[in-house]
Amino acid sequence: MKTAEEILAAIKSALPDAGLELVLNSSPCAQHSLRVAAKDMVAVASFLRADPVLALDFCSNATGVDWPGKEISEKVKVTKVVEGEQTVVEETIKRVEPGYLEAVYHLFSMKNGPTDPGGPVVLRMRTANRTDQVELPSLTPVWRSAEFQEREIFDLFGIVFTGHPDLRRILMWDGFEDHPMRRDYVDPDDFEYEPTPHDEVLKRAEAHKTGAVA
Amino acid sequence: MAVEPDLKIELGKQGVFVTTISEIYNWGRKNSVWPMQFGLACCAIEMIATTMARYDLARFGAEVFRPSPRQADLMIISGTITKKMAPQVVRLYNQMAEPKYVIAMGACAISGGPFKQGYNVLKGIDRYIPVDVHIPGCPPRPEALIHAFMMLQARIDEQPLTGEDRPRHLNAEAQSLFPIPAQGAHDLEPPVNRLVWPLPAPTASCKSAEKCG
Repeated sequence: MKTAEEILAAIKSALPDAGLELVLNSSPCAQHSLRVAAKDMVAVASFLRADPVLALDFCSNATGVDWPGKEISEKVKVTKVVEGEQTVVEETIKRVEPGYLEAVYHLFSMKNGPTDPGGPVVLRMRTANRTDQVELPSLTPVWRSAEFQEREIFDLFGIVFTGHPDLRRILMWDGFEDHPMRRDYVDPDDFEYEPTPHDEVLKRAEAHKTGAVA
Repeated sequence: MAVEPDLKIELGKQGVFVTTISEIYNWGRKNSVWPMQFGLACCAIEMIATTMARYDLARFGAEVFRPSPRQADLMIISGTITKKMAPQVVRLYNQMAEPKYVIAMGACAISGGPFKQGYNVLKGIDRYIPVDVHIPGCPPRPEALIHAFMMLQARIDEQPLTGEDRPRHLNAEAQSLFPIPAQGAHDLEPPVNRLVWPLPAPTASCKSAEKCG
């Protein structure tokens, strides 16, 4: 098994213009991944599959990750003129870092498999944001096994895969509108009595008790 | 009952068999309850085991699992009911002919079980259809299903054929069809059929308790 750095170098020598970034995993498993620009993903995937040495011919897992936008507050020192004197004032600047959705693919090589016990090669790609620009290229034309899993990502995270042969919801029904695995998903209020409510359930129970919700 | 039990036993010893219409009617009814052949999740494995040689549900007259709701008397809700599946379960129940009974088998079928706080699992089938016997367990042992089945038989046996508590198939006004929930944009619509399953009304039953649902 080649390391993520070696695979990155191999892709770069074959596709010099591809947008690539190594995402290091600092935990003991050290399962590093490659973040690929969405526009280059199909080319990179085709290369990884066709390359005779790497021969990553099996996509075992495709999943989504939701990264919601976060508000970052920074303290900045600003010089201001206050009552005729120049003083240094600390100001807090808040900025919102936009969120995005991420699709993650785990690749293995069946051809090298028995002699090559390494972990999966992990590819990631991001959408531009979480609301209207959620298109990513589908990798189903490269690995057929991604078909149902991309449908699942579409269903639960709301990433729209362009080039997917049959992009429908797979777990929820067709008329369903939400994406349940997103962080900001609010589940339906089909509350019922529970003897030992806690946390969210307790909050809901109290809302029902006070009659705030019918 | 018209015949006193002691007298009946005494007559039986003399070789005279005495019975009533309702007794022999219910005896026939309770010993030929045919379940519908469908399973929803892992509880179905236990249900299958119950019908096999070791537990042998056939001893109770329920050996024939019918593949059509038209021919079945008993619906064993064996497993998790997802919100995607719930309308089909209610539709199958509606397609069954009277008399029909429901056993809700396992934690998921009676309350949603370990998936109760999820977004896609129905919190108990008794939200939409009337349930005769609930079995707790995850999954319940085959013995528990047999026990539930015997409870159902006991209930059938006790039913009078006339009056308010007569079986539903003898009561022309009894509701036999139940509204099938629609799959809405966010949840099943309605999320519960209040006519079948009135809210357990925790506000009324435990007003003084501090932390009651």
